[in-house]
Amino acid sequence: MSEAAAGDELLSWDSRARRVVTVYVPLALFVIVLLFPFYWMTITAFKPDSEMEDYAHHSPFWISSPTLHNFNVLLFHTQFPRWMLITISVAVGTTILSIFCSVLAAYAIERLRFSGSTQVALAIYLAYLVPPTILFIPLATMVVQFGLYNSPISLILTYPTFLIPFCTWLLIGYFKSIPYELEECALIDGASRWQILRRIVLPLSVPGLISAGIFAFTLSWNEFIYALAFIQSTGNKTVPVAVLTELVTGDVYQWGALMAGALLGSVPVALFYSLFAEYYVSSLTGAVKE
Amino acid sequence: MDATTAEAAAVTWRLARRPDGWITRLFDYKPFLIGLCLAPAIGLLVVFLTYPLGLGFWLALTNSTIGQRGHFVGLANFISVLDDPVFQLSVFNTIFYTAAATVGKFGLGLWLALLLNHHLPFKSFLRAIVLLPWIVPTVLSAIVWWWMYSPQFSIISYILVNVLHLRSTYINFLGSAWPARWSLVVANTWRGIPFVAIITLAGLQTIPPSLYEAALLDGASSWQRFRFITVPLLLPILSVALTLSTLFTFSDFQLVYAITDGGPFNTTQIMATLAYQVAIPGSELGQGAAIAIAMIPFLVALTAINYFGLARRKWQQGPANE
Repeated sequence: MSEAAAGDELLSWDSRARRVVTVYVPLALFVIVLLFPFYWMTITAFKPDSEMEDYAHHSPFWISSPTLHNFNVLLFHTQFPRWMLITISVAVGTTILSIFCSVLAAYAIERLRFSGSTQVALAIYLAYLVPPTILFIPLATMVVQFGLYNSPISLILTYPTFLIPFCTWLLIGYFKSIPYELEECALIDGASRWQILRRIVLPLSVPGLISAGIFAFTLSWNEFIYALAFIQSTGNKTVPVAVLTELVTGDVYQWGALMAGALLGSVPVALFYSLFAEYYVSSLTGAVKE
Repeated sequence: MDATTAEAAAVTWRLARRPDGWITRLFDYKPFLIGLCLAPAIGLLVVFLTYPLGLGFWLALTNSTIGQRGHFVGLANFISVLDDPVFQLSVFNTIFYTAAATVGKFGLGLWLALLLNHHLPFKSFLRAIVLLPWIVPTVLSAIVWWWMYSPQFSIISYILVNVLHLRSTYINFLGSAWPARWSLVVANTWRGIPFVAIITLAGLQTIPPSLYEAALLDGASSWQRFRFITVPLLLPILSVALTLSTLFTFSDFQLVYAITDGGPFNTTQIMATLAYQVAIPGSELGQGAAIAIAMIPFLVALTAINYFGLARRKWQQGPANE
């Protein structure tokens, strides 16, 4: 640390004041701008209606008399808890399904090396580039035909289409880093392929599995267009869709309840992320480098 | 080659110990195993990605509506869509939205990455919180932006008018075409900066410091060091991030849907929101599919750029490096 700092001092000719102007001030501005919407969301969620729309008598940046009214409305006068439950089960179900498919596919592509494995890997990568916005219309007709309209199962089946490509690529990268010799030893000791995957490859790629799992969970929590197009009944909506479509009623926007909904809908993802931030960053950068 | 001999050895050795059941042998039979492993992923992708893609093309050639299977009408949907001024406007809006937001994201994201690359206190904490806008569900943060763009109670207007005294009136952000478009660009840029910054930061950290030391000894200015060391070494990772980012911005839906829903009077309608509006609430599935299909040429063009970016990267690394 001190060595690096000394080297930095030696290399760069900027004084302390210059450093403050060129680094700390812009960085502080960035942090303020990037985080302000969250501050504004949180503070609005706890504001009583009287303060929310009266900037003359109350400074908008602080709350004089914080209230839980908005959360009360949200939790006990809407179906918010149910939306939350649906979102969690969809996210968990999709994550498990995607990781299962991706582990097997990545293992086959990276370790069972067969002719055409690079083509399969490329095809899977190309699938990642097909955005949901050009698929949702035909998928909606398929969902209706399968009788899955209004059912969260339609989401569990369709979300893997954008999760499998990403997770597979991430896991291929991880499997690559596991020495092949370990598998050879196991083969010589008489282990079957299945035992190798379960006893050797998977335990060694736990960080990769966590990264892929976090990514899949967050992406399916955040997904919007499929959930909007496939689910119409109030009780089966996911949080992002429900907050937007169910809490905006008529011309009067209930900003307090909306912000409370946005806050509660973001907290699980933010919490999850804060626990595994390093994995998240590594998965994000790893997949792009790959 | 080694693997197969090892496998053969393993099999003979195991056979000497105890005879295997046919299930065990089947599971050690490589082609079967490959098929079994690939089946779930490929199956799901074919059923829910490849097939709908084809179905989308077919739907675009029919006059299907919700609840009614249409019949083949040739290119009629495409012809009527191309003539539609709302569609033309949506193409313009999508291109403008993508271009402006990409410039903003990459300019500011690159700057943020360079700032975060300094020796800072709480570096990993800073890096973690900076990524928040990208983690939080887009629709939920879009709702916050919507509230911040409110004509009467906008906190941005409040800061400009009552705190900084830069203006005398509140801004009607979403009331007319250009302010609404720029408002969307700002919200999208805000969300995209962390993605660019974190990826660029990862790229920056792989550049060996010795290069900068050598350049410094040769008397390079800080701009020259940036221009001739940082930029060329970041280019491969930037080109991938750039194309992914443009691809997803071009096909964006949620941010626009949540903040303006294409309004006022379709002036911020982008192709994805128009396709949704025509297909689902408007129930014209064929027309909607045609609009969605019309996005594909643009997406292919962007992917081609990605491909050349990757090809260039391979060329830089040399053929030996996979």
